[in-house]
Amino acid sequence: MILPLRLDAVAYRGIIEPLTLELEAGPSTVLLGANGAGKSVLMRLMHGLLAPTEGKVSWSGDNPRRHQAMVFQRPVMLRRSALANVVYALKLAGVADAQYVARAALAEVGLKHLAHRSARVLSGGEQQRLALARAWALHPEVLFLDEPTASLDPTATREIETLIRAFDAAGTKVVMATHNLGQARRLGDEVLFLHQGRLVERSPVEQFFKQPASQEATAFIKGELPWL
Amino acid sequence: MHSILEAIRAAVGLIASGDATLGEIVLLSLGVSLSAVALATLLGLPLGAAIAVGRFPGRRAIIVLLNALMGLPPVVVGLVVYLLLSRAGPLGDLGLLFTPGAMVIAQTILILPIIAALSRQSVDDAWREYEEQLRSLGSEGAGAALTVLWDIRFSLLTAVLAGLGRASAEVGAVMIVGGNIDGVTRVMTTTIALETSKGDLPLALGLGIVLIAIILALNAAAYLVKEAAQRRYG
Repeated sequence: MILPLRLDAVAYRGIIEPLTLELEAGPSTVLLGANGAGKSVLMRLMHGLLAPTEGKVSWSGDNPRRHQAMVFQRPVMLRRSALANVVYALKLAGVADAQYVARAALAEVGLKHLAHRSARVLSGGEQQRLALARAWALHPEVLFLDEPTASLDPTATREIETLIRAFDAAGTKVVMATHNLGQARRLGDEVLFLHQGRLVERSPVEQFFKQPASQEATAFIKGELPWL
Repeated sequence: MHSILEAIRAAVGLIASGDATLGEIVLLSLGVSLSAVALATLLGLPLGAAIAVGRFPGRRAIIVLLNALMGLPPVVVGLVVYLLLSRAGPLGDLGLLFTPGAMVIAQTILILPIIAALSRQSVDDAWREYEEQLRSLGSEGAGAALTVLWDIRFSLLTAVLAGLGRASAEVGAVMIVGGNIDGVTRVMTTTIALETSKGDLPLALGLGIVLIAIILALNAAAYLVKEAAQRRYG
């Protein structure tokens, strides 16, 4: 078990102001905020892709990277088949019988029939499902999702959201960045609201949308433009 | 005009008849240049990838130096290799001077910066796209560099072809270290220079036509491979 994740006074180049928080296993956490609020940077700090300029990010168990996965807004696929992309990730993680596990993961996201198709020629929605299959195959304890449906149509978005729920149901801690309020309501259990690099509010989803505790969150929910 | 047409006609005749001298020169040229390209590719691609992916002090200076070395004057390379391989030089005992081996060494030095610098640029561009995903999956360092190299292998053909173009068209370095010895180190470019100065235009022109045809054929093949790969792999 690598959770809980602790951030102690973590800051990053003025983009993230010193921030302290703890994420436990269980509820799906949504990082919500306008563009430029610092959601993606905070997620990269948590996942270890960026090193904080101040403070400390700490996980509980050994080899925390092995127990995390991240899906990006634009999935990056290698120029090889869909199956080979999943196998590549599994081999890096030292998983035995990578082919079998990869095929099962592709079946899970409905891409079994495209296993031998080159990953880069798949549609945007299929590539994002493949990215989720790659994550699924690793059985991560924590899954980071950085605006995973931002460039997808409604049908593909629905498919991706269904898969994200499957991760949650399988016991994976989902941490997702989005500026989509509907998606936050549908998928989140708790909201971390960021505004200009500051963690302004942390509350359960229902409470956040019914009674936001901060002016910034209230304005964001109403769609107001705070700089006007 | 008449003499040029005559020379071209004679050159085509030489090629069509499968002239033994011409064939020998073409084969040696290809052997030297392709060996140099193979060596420079073997060294240059990993070097370019390591510089693209690595973050270390002096990296920028190395990139500037590598780019500058793409314009290495062949005669200077020839001279340096000559000094190294000459009897009095540090590598004189190898007895390589005035052999095809010396020509391969000179051409390798000449095109290594081209292949390394161009592949560095290609890997650098790809690395911007791949870095976060690969690091997220736990691939870093040499493993990540190799993954990117393999993934953009068809784009890297351009870098290799640029090296081949430079090697096969180069005359100064191979002239100095090879000595242009008939039947031993005489290649297409040195023969063209020599025969032109002697006034034997048909052989010079014939070799010129073969040289251009080979470069054209290799480039066309590489283009087709790259296109097919792009269609297949995206």
